[in-house]
Amino acid sequence: MRHTITILVENEFGVLTRVAGLFSARGYNIETLNVAPLLDSTISRMTLVTRGDERVIEQIKKQLNKLVPVIKVEDISHTVHLERGMLMVKVKAPADRCEELLELAEKHDAKVIDDHIDSHMILEFTGKVEMLDDILVELLPFGIIEMTRTGPLGMRRGAKGFTV
Amino acid sequence: MKMTGAEIFVECLRREGVETIFGYPGGSVLQIYDAIFKQDHFKHYLVRHEQAALHAANGYARVSGKCGVALVTSGPGATNAVTGLADSLADSIPTVCFSGQVPSSLIGNDAFQEADIVGITRSATKHNFLVKRVEDLALIIRQAFHIATTGRPGPVLVDIPKDISIDVCEFVWPEKVNMRSYQPVTKGHPGQIKKAVRAMLTAKRPVLYSGGGIMNSIGSAALLRELSHAVNAPVTNTLMGLGGIPHEDPHFVGMLGMHGTYEANMAVSHCDLLVAIGSRFDDRVTGRLDAFAPDAKVIHIDVDPSSISKNIHADLPIVGDVGVVLKQLLEEIARKDGTPDAEALELWWEQINEWRAKDSLGFEQSADGAIKPQTVIRRVHEKTKGNAIVTTDVGQHQMWAAQHYGFNRPHRWLTSGGLGTMGYGLPAGIGAQVAMPDEKVVVFTGDSSIQMCSQEFSTAFQYNLPVVVIILNNGYMGMVRQWQEMFYESRYSQSYFDSLPNFVKLAEAYGGIGIRVDRLEELDAALDRALNVTDRFVLLDVAVSKEENVFPMVPAGAALNEMVLS
Repeated sequence: MRHTITILVENEFGVLTRVAGLFSARGYNIETLNVAPLLDSTISRMTLVTRGDERVIEQIKKQLNKLVPVIKVEDISHTVHLERGMLMVKVKAPADRCEELLELAEKHDAKVIDDHIDSHMILEFTGKVEMLDDILVELLPFGIIEMTRTGPLGMRRGAKGFTV
Repeated sequence: MKMTGAEIFVECLRREGVETIFGYPGGSVLQIYDAIFKQDHFKHYLVRHEQAALHAANGYARVSGKCGVALVTSGPGATNAVTGLADSLADSIPTVCFSGQVPSSLIGNDAFQEADIVGITRSATKHNFLVKRVEDLALIIRQAFHIATTGRPGPVLVDIPKDISIDVCEFVWPEKVNMRSYQPVTKGHPGQIKKAVRAMLTAKRPVLYSGGGIMNSIGSAALLRELSHAVNAPVTNTLMGLGGIPHEDPHFVGMLGMHGTYEANMAVSHCDLLVAIGSRFDDRVTGRLDAFAPDAKVIHIDVDPSSISKNIHADLPIVGDVGVVLKQLLEEIARKDGTPDAEALELWWEQINEWRAKDSLGFEQSADGAIKPQTVIRRVHEKTKGNAIVTTDVGQHQMWAAQHYGFNRPHRWLTSGGLGTMGYGLPAGIGAQVAMPDEKVVVFTGDSSIQMCSQEFSTAFQYNLPVVVIILNNGYMGMVRQWQEMFYESRYSQSYFDSLPNFVKLAEAYGGIGIRVDRLEELDAALDRALNVTDRFVLLDVAVSKEENVFPMVPAGAALNEMVLS
């Protein structure tokens, strides 16, 4: 089963390798991984998506906690939470299809962040992983020149925060 | 006060209470070695290979209860240390290894004697550091010792670029180490303690199964014994846990696992309550997982949460330092004025004694036949009254020593349990002898293992360390040969040595005493002579029966009760 794990770590060099190395050394897979420092830049927050049965996930959480620079680990999959990823796509935009493309962008609350009529556009989407998958399918007929996307960021609902 | 990085290194070690370090100099650590030359707070022991520095530090740590310390240079010096680090990681031995690194400006430049040792040792250490500013050095050293010695202990590496050892800054000693990301739990959850005691007092067929955690929690061995008496439960030890309870204690049923005793493995296979204490259900202990302790409720006490329910599901996990938790358990038993189920236990002990009567470690030594390796181990036990510090290498001799030496006390048995490192025994014996100059140190080894670190005879000679090295010489890589005999139709592929060195001359070449023993009647006199030497090392090369096998044996992947007895 797919699990989304959020992790707070000390923002020091090598910590990403330690997390990634733990997964490779123990034969676990990382599906996606997002990392960035928080406002308090001594801490980074990771959102990691992996797969495994309950026993494997339990072991992953314990092994993550065992890493010295890891401050806090939570598997948010079983909680009421939100996940959002971001997608940037460069699509072909011939003059006769521009309108259609802009409609599609509007439908999905996308931003047009680079616009060259009769050539190409770069669109920015955010949303759930599945939604971004669907958008890509819709964009396919226009001709995708290039794409890049993040894995999801995750956060629990409710007034409580995931902090040190 | 302003100090160079090298001076800070010396000052920090002094403040950490370090008395002994093992190491080998080289280009990147010359500044540090110069600072060592000028100080007299700790003594530096020069080894002959960096792997041995780590094994010696490991041996030192195990018998002294202190943190072992090693110092090596960059590149090959550091890569040579990797096996020793991995060994200490597998056996949870507190060690700090300092490695030199090329100057910061050259890192990543493929410089002379450069290796990305922080990258290489990431999975061979509990944690590691690269020092980037001399101002950080003192705090990093403080953190390194803290991490190495607390929680589940382990090796920590600190990589110090040469310019950092030369740079100068104001020395500031961090009085306290507080790491928000590293807070090991020591005390067991009170609710779990209550439940555990209830389970122990109502069990009909309990077994206590203790491991190396008892060694790492100083003073816990006495508590283990107390608990076993309080609940009248048999105790079995893992390879790492031998000495956790005196071998003469009637509650001790021997080692369990692949080469465990019949009574220990049968007791585990039939128990209704298994209390794991500082042990981690290693595959050499459990055999086939789905047949391991099938009827037992499992209580698992461990300082490392990731050990719990990793291989065997724990019905009742208790995270904490085993010494602290054992004390809590005993207090709870006393508070409840609890007594175990005497009637059920009488039957249980009757059953155990029946298994015990099989005498699964028995062997026959004929007076005129070849010397049995087990005989040698038992004779050494008699002559040292079970009080020697015993180290081993890896293989048959290791298992025979574990089965037959008979340990009276904790911290006297040093063996490479987790990693299984041939070459561990001699340097670990050196480290132990340095820590305990007045104790007798015996290294049991094989004709193959000893050749993996034999250069360390030179170290033993240099410091007049009277370790007694006993080679159980069968001319084979014995354990490999045994597996080939049992599982590969006796095709002895590459496990036979047809050109062993003359070990007596080897010992003499290094300045020690070499004694060859071919016949049983020579053994006693040779041992008496060897054990009474106090000013240099002795090597006893004992010709033992060539194709003796280690029994009992649970074949890999079989269940514990599927033992082969002979």
